[in-house]
Amino acid sequence: MHQFLVDLFGQNVVPYIIVCALPLVFILVFALLAILGELKLSAFMQHRVGPMEAGPYGLLQPLADIIKLMQKESIRPLKASRWLFQIAPFLVFVGSFAAFAVIPFSPFYIAADLNVGVFYIIAVSSIVVIGIFMAGWASNNKYTLFGGIRSVAQIISYEIPGGFVVLAVVMMAGTLSMQGIIEQQGGGFWNWYIFGGPKAIATHSFITGHDIATPGSWLSLLLIPLMLLATLIYYVCGLAETNRVPFDLPEAESELVAGYNTEYSSMKYAIFYLAEYANMFVVCAIAVTLFLGGWHSPLPKFIVQYLGADSHIWLGLEGLFWFIMKSFVLVLVQILLRWTLPRLRVDQLMHLCWKIFLPVGFVLVIVVAAWITFVAPRPEPAAKAGGDVNTPKVVAPPVARPLAGK
Amino acid sequence: MKLFPKVLGILVVLAAVGGFIAMDIPLYDKIFYIFAAICVGSGAFVVFSRNIAYSAFSLLFAFFGVAGIYVLLGADFVGVSQLLIYVGGILVLFLFGMMLTSNIDKLREERPTMGRLLPGVIVASAICALLISVAWGVPAWRKAAVQVPTKGTNTTSLIGNLLMGDYALLFVASSIAILVALVGAAMIARSDRLSPEDAAERM
Repeated sequence: MHQFLVDLFGQNVVPYIIVCALPLVFILVFALLAILGELKLSAFMQHRVGPMEAGPYGLLQPLADIIKLMQKESIRPLKASRWLFQIAPFLVFVGSFAAFAVIPFSPFYIAADLNVGVFYIIAVSSIVVIGIFMAGWASNNKYTLFGGIRSVAQIISYEIPGGFVVLAVVMMAGTLSMQGIIEQQGGGFWNWYIFGGPKAIATHSFITGHDIATPGSWLSLLLIPLMLLATLIYYVCGLAETNRVPFDLPEAESELVAGYNTEYSSMKYAIFYLAEYANMFVVCAIAVTLFLGGWHSPLPKFIVQYLGADSHIWLGLEGLFWFIMKSFVLVLVQILLRWTLPRLRVDQLMHLCWKIFLPVGFVLVIVVAAWITFVAPRPEPAAKAGGDVNTPKVVAPPVARPLAGK
Repeated sequence: MKLFPKVLGILVVLAAVGGFIAMDIPLYDKIFYIFAAICVGSGAFVVFSRNIAYSAFSLLFAFFGVAGIYVLLGADFVGVSQLLIYVGGILVLFLFGMMLTSNIDKLREERPTMGRLLPGVIVASAICALLISVAWGVPAWRKAAVQVPTKGTNTTSLIGNLLMGDYALLFVASSIAILVALVGAAMIARSDRLSPEDAAERM
C-alpha cells in the first residue's frame, strides 16, 4: 500500500500522511458505530428502545453527541497543572493511534509491516499508561489521581499475562511481524492459532489428506484446548487494558465520579472517548491477528477465489471484510459484557491477574516451547500442509533448540 | 492586545516549520533532526525544569526521541525495547514514586549557588574530557560512516541468536540478577507478618 502511494505521489511526505490519515478516518467511523452499538445494545438488553430522535431509529445519535461535545466550553480547573492537563488526552490518543501503524487490515494494507510488529504494539501501549497518569495527576483532584493510579496499576499488571500469551503465539509463529503471523494461519480456520496453529491439526491426515503425521504428533492436538485458553486470557487481558467493564475500576462511577477524566470537558473529553474506542478496536484487532487468522477467510481460500476473481483489489477487499468482521464481533462481545457483568473488586482483579492468569501464562509458554522442541513437525512437511493457495510466504522458522549456539 | 504576541509566536513557528519542510535535505535527515530536537529539547527540560513533575513527564519525550533515533539507525528492536523498558517500566516507576509522595509538586529546587555550581562544572567537564579522549582513541569508532542497512535485515533474530548463543551465560546471569532484585524488593515491601507468639515476644 505504501509502495503504491509512493509510486503515485513520489518519494515525499504525502504518501506517509495518507497512510497515517486512513486509520484516523477509520477510528472516527468506528467510534461512531461503536457508540451507536453501545447505546442500542444496552437499550435492547434493558428492554428500552434507546435513542430514537436523531435520524431514523436514532442512527445519527453518536453524531449529535459529538457535535454537542464539541460545542461545550472547555474548562480547565484553576489549580490544574496547565501544560500537563492540556497534553494528557492527546498523549492517550497518540498511544492508541500509534498501534494502528502495524494493524494489518488486509493482505495489501498495513501502514508499516515492522519486523517487530507485536512487540511494537506492546511498547506503544505504555504511552497510554503515561497519558492516563498525566491526566490523573495534572487535574489536581483526588478522584482523578485515584483513577489514574488504579488504571495504571491495572494496565501494567494485565500486560504481563497478556504478554506471555502473545509470546506463546510468537514462539510458534517464529516471527514478530503482524503480516507474518497472519500469513501462517492461511488455509482454513483449523490453522488459526486459536485451534493450535497451522501445525496442530493440519498435520493430521484425517483432515487434510496429507499423510505427514509423525509419530507422536497426536500430542499436537493437546495444543487446541491450551490455545483456546490462551485466546480467552488474551481477550480478558485486553478487556482489562481498555478499562472496560468488568475491569472499569479506574472510572468506577459510584466511587470515583469518572476516574482520571473527571475534570475534562468538551473536545478534550471527546479525545479521551475516542482513544477508548480506538483502544477497544486495537485490542480486538490484535486478538484477531494472533488467534483468529487475521484477514484470512475461514475457508481454505478466499471466497472471491472460489468465484474466480483473484485480482489484488478483490483479495484486498475480502481480506478487509474478514478482518473488520472478526474484530467487530470481538468488539460486540466487549459491549455485551459491559451490560452483563458487574464490576470486579480490586482484590479480585489482582487475584485473577497474578494468581490465575500469570501461572497459566507460564505453563503455556513452557508447554509451547517443549512442543516446538520435541513434537512440532519439521519445517518442510509443515509448509506442505499449509493449504494450497495461501501457502505461507514466510519461510517456516527453524525449530529452536535451546542453547544450540556455536 | 494580548493576542498579538500569541499570533506572532504562531507565525514564527509556522515559518520555521515551513522553512524546515522546504529545506533541501533528504527526508531521512529531516526526520533525524526532528527526533534529535525532541531528544535535546526535552532532555534540557528534564534538567532545567524547577518542577520535578514536569521533569519526570518530559523524560517521556526524551525516551521517545532516543527510540526514534534507534529506529532510524536500523535498530528497530532496540528502539522498541527502549520504549517498552524505559517508558513502560522505569518512567512508570518514577511517576508512581512521585504520585505517592504528597505535595511533591510544591517542591522547588533551590537555585544553585556558585559554591555548588563550580565543583559540579569541574567534575562534569573532567569526565566529559576523559570520555571524549577515550572515544577518539578507539580507531574503530573513527572510521567513515557505514551505510546502515535499514531494510531487509531482521535484527530481532540476530539479537536472539546472539543472546541464546554467544552470550547465553551473560543473558542468564543478568536474568538471575533481576530475579534476585525482585525477590529482594518483595521481601522489603511485604508487611511483617509475625506469628502471634513472635509478636508477643517483640512487645
